[in-house]
Amino acid sequence: MKLKINLGAISEPLQSENLKTGDWGTEWAYVDKEKCTACRICEQFCPEGCIEVKEQDKEKFAVVDHRYCKGCGVCASVCPHEAIKMEIKELFRLEVC
Amino acid sequence: MMRVVRGFYSVAHSVKLCRPNVICAYPITPQTEIVENLAEMYANGELEKCRYITAESEFAAASILVGASATGARTFTATCSQGLILMSEVLFNAAGMRLPIVIVNTNRAVSAPLSIWNDLQDSMALRDAGIIQIYVENNQEAHDAIPQAYRIAEDRRVLLPTMVCMDGYKLTHAYEPIDLLDQSLVDSFLPPYQPAAYLTTKKPLAFGCYAPPHIYMEFRVAMQNAMERAKAVMNEVFREWAEVSGRDWGQHLEVVYPDSRVFVVSMGSIVGLLRKVVEELRKKGYDVGLIKIRTFRPFPVEDLKRSLSNAEKIIVIDRSLSLGHEGNLSIELKSALYGSSANIISMILGLGGRDIPKEFLEKLLEDAILGKESSGFKGVKDFEEVIP
Repeated sequence: MKLKINLGAISEPLQSENLKTGDWGTEWAYVDKEKCTACRICEQFCPEGCIEVKEQDKEKFAVVDHRYCKGCGVCASVCPHEAIKMEIKELFRLEVC
Repeated sequence: MMRVVRGFYSVAHSVKLCRPNVICAYPITPQTEIVENLAEMYANGELEKCRYITAESEFAAASILVGASATGARTFTATCSQGLILMSEVLFNAAGMRLPIVIVNTNRAVSAPLSIWNDLQDSMALRDAGIIQIYVENNQEAHDAIPQAYRIAEDRRVLLPTMVCMDGYKLTHAYEPIDLLDQSLVDSFLPPYQPAAYLTTKKPLAFGCYAPPHIYMEFRVAMQNAMERAKAVMNEVFREWAEVSGRDWGQHLEVVYPDSRVFVVSMGSIVGLLRKVVEELRKKGYDVGLIKIRTFRPFPVEDLKRSLSNAEKIIVIDRSLSLGHEGNLSIELKSALYGSSANIISMILGLGGRDIPKEFLEKLLEDAILGKESSGFKGVKDFEEVIP
């Protein structure tokens, strides 16, 4: 099938959803549900817009979408309750002998 | 209607007749009076459905036009030299977004040292931007080039920014009798701009999006294809213009004395002087012709090959230089004629407005024809570089 490209690299809204950036970095953000107060500061600071406060079993806490999280660590550094930790991905846990 | 006007006005009047929707510019010598004329027309209410926006820099002016053009507006700006270079980051984008912005560049030397005078160095710096470049010889040609530039730029087969390059001072400040076009002629030649895609709140779009390695190259190839198609589109537009206006400026090239064995090749206002010089040389018995290059991008390779197929000697007159290599037009011509046995002599003169007197040029060309003059800078004083 022939590849179709848009004139002038013009794109329709939300096309960037198809671009999964989650495999870019070496780390991912993880939220500690116990510490999270659902204050939404991380939501506002995340450059990718991939951390969102959600409700589950009447509890509210931030959830990271690892399909898009580039592991920049902004959320972890702005969290006032130290509820977000950056963890190295399994792939990069190398043992150096 | 024949009127004696300056080069600035010949452009401004023509732009007005093309019914632009957004004009945005930042002043720079020797361009300013073009947009001053347009600002006056705007203030007098002569420009309908038009916004004249003053910008804080050329970078801003070009950016405003990218936005305006993306909404489907017909846009215009004029600049040169440092201003064109400041616009360049934006103009590469405009080309990639396939926005048919029309620019008039009043060719001026680039800094440093600071020079406000004329050569072709500024537009040469934008050679690879994906912008169509048309070079004009006189103010009537500049006047006529504007509606043609819009037709070419806005053609669905092309959709690229188009720049009309006219020599600063030599043309811009010169008074010439100009046959000013009528609104009805321009209206029948240039239909309203019908954008292929445009920004509206009803259908949000993003222009010039991100292209990772697996997709980027295809967009650049698409631009190259548009440039190739532009050659045929320009031929159509040039021919149609000759019919409707009664003024035939030739196609991508204008060839004078096509059967000659020696050719002088150049572009811009110097062609006017070269016409006279070639006539003088022919009176002296030299078999010399002249090729005026009208379109530098897309570069008319096939036309040049055809017109120069029997040439034994080609003298290229350059008024710009790729530092570390040679004259820009020479580079292009040698590449186009690869494999030809013609002797190509490349002369660089007139940089930064250095005067090119007729007698000097005639002696230079005569000596080159006789084999007494070789490639290099001409009209340069003997100098030594010292530390102050």
